[in-house]
Amino acid sequence: MALLDIIGPVMVGPSSSHTAGAAKLGRLARRAWNEEVNKVDIFLRGSFASTYWGHGTDKALIGGLLGFMPDDERIRDALEIARQRGLEYRFFAESIDGAHPNSVRFVIYKEDKAMELVGASLGGGVIELQEIDGFSISLSGDLAAIITFHRDQPGVVAAVAGVMAKKGLNIATMRLHRQGRGGRAAMVIEIDGELKESTKDEILNSHSALMRVIFIPSPESDVR
Amino acid sequence: MRSFEEILKLCEVDLEFHEAVVELESRESGKSEDLIYTNMSYMLDAMEQSVNSAINADFKGRMMEDEARRFERYIAQRDVPLSGKFIAKASHIALSVSQYNANMGRIVAAPTAGSCGILPGLLFAYRDLYGPSRDMLVKALIVAGGVGEVIQKRATLAGAEGGCQAECGAAAAMGSAALVYLEGGSPEASAHAAVLTIKSLMGLVCDPVAGLVEVPCIKRNGTLVSLASLCADMALAGIRSVIPPDEVIDAMRRVGRALPESLRETSKGGLAATPKGRELEKKIFSEVPPMAEI
Repeated sequence: MALLDIIGPVMVGPSSSHTAGAAKLGRLARRAWNEEVNKVDIFLRGSFASTYWGHGTDKALIGGLLGFMPDDERIRDALEIARQRGLEYRFFAESIDGAHPNSVRFVIYKEDKAMELVGASLGGGVIELQEIDGFSISLSGDLAAIITFHRDQPGVVAAVAGVMAKKGLNIATMRLHRQGRGGRAAMVIEIDGELKESTKDEILNSHSALMRVIFIPSPESDVR
Repeated sequence: MRSFEEILKLCEVDLEFHEAVVELESRESGKSEDLIYTNMSYMLDAMEQSVNSAINADFKGRMMEDEARRFERYIAQRDVPLSGKFIAKASHIALSVSQYNANMGRIVAAPTAGSCGILPGLLFAYRDLYGPSRDMLVKALIVAGGVGEVIQKRATLAGAEGGCQAECGAAAAMGSAALVYLEGGSPEASAHAAVLTIKSLMGLVCDPVAGLVEVPCIKRNGTLVSLASLCADMALAGIRSVIPPDEVIDAMRRVGRALPESLRETSKGGLAATPKGRELEKKIFSEVPPMAEI
């Protein structure tokens, strides 16, 4: 709603892009990982790398990874809280040609599992998830979402949409990305409401070209 | 809502400024008028919490001292400060909330985090001195939001795009219109209060020292409440901007675009580029711990 863009958001200062946006990015990474984060490497790019300290970007990113909302005052003490909760983190700076000036790459680990995410803070607390495991996508994180990785074949969209229709899930937005015809493809579907974990397997089994399905819970709910 | 004209036209048919804003918002977003009011009421609560927390919090700046506290002591010692009780109180609150923001406190961006002290300064100083109903304050916040939306649609609310006129300037204009509403002024007077404010700070640059939301941002929050108050008084007196309100905002957009990049939140010009500004920047960056030690 427009008026709430003017009066609001409620947030921990000092910067909507470098603090509130960073907290949202951390939280979106946590939602994509969809469980407690125990180990993460964070690579700051551009202005995030050069001014993170003055804006508490580091605390906001970690706070988000801990599940804190952008208006949670615990963000101020997020680094200490991370140590208490056993979240291991490391920060690095990296410079990547063509990267958004306020962007960050997360690599989240657990035993033999890992996930790499790149996100950017676009200003005014608006964010975008730009990459998952090397695949370029675009996701605002404002809603719950389903991301599928599949081979570019006929029928995949219909199969996935069919499962969703059966489950009564309303598609809010939908975007397809592919690395060439017949190659690797991804589908990003934002939905209204919440997702059930059991739906995930049903989607995965709905078409033989589907390789992987990621569920991102809505911003109001936390990871399982 | 894209223009003051649009808002004032609705007001001609017997609506108040805030009612016109809510009607337009409801029409554009599909949200019910009740929900819009409830949302703004929540924001007023959050703003009040930020004021209460901020005036009790100690401030530790990277470049400046606790000036809110200093000003509070000064006000307490004087019967009536030179700038008057209302402005001094509004300024104290604005300084406090803005300092609180710099210290990672929880605030309401209004319209931005860097300008988050001005509206609470004006609204809560008014409450403390004149005791309006809570409902009036929510409506005043809606008036402010409507002004902010016109500025956002016709110009910008981002310092990186339009300089500080778009952040602290917009906040002061929003607050000025809100004060006119609280004082019982007409919708037209609210619109003119907003643009009288903008006219007096048009071209204000965004030049944060070391890129931090501290110098000069905090004190600009503390000073611009005075301009907002005076412009509200002028508009209540019947003074009108010769240039129509929407045209003032259009000029603001063009001025913002004409500002060189060095004066749009890049810390390359203005106060950030003074010898002292550079010295502070150097000192601050030398204190940044290596990333491996965060």
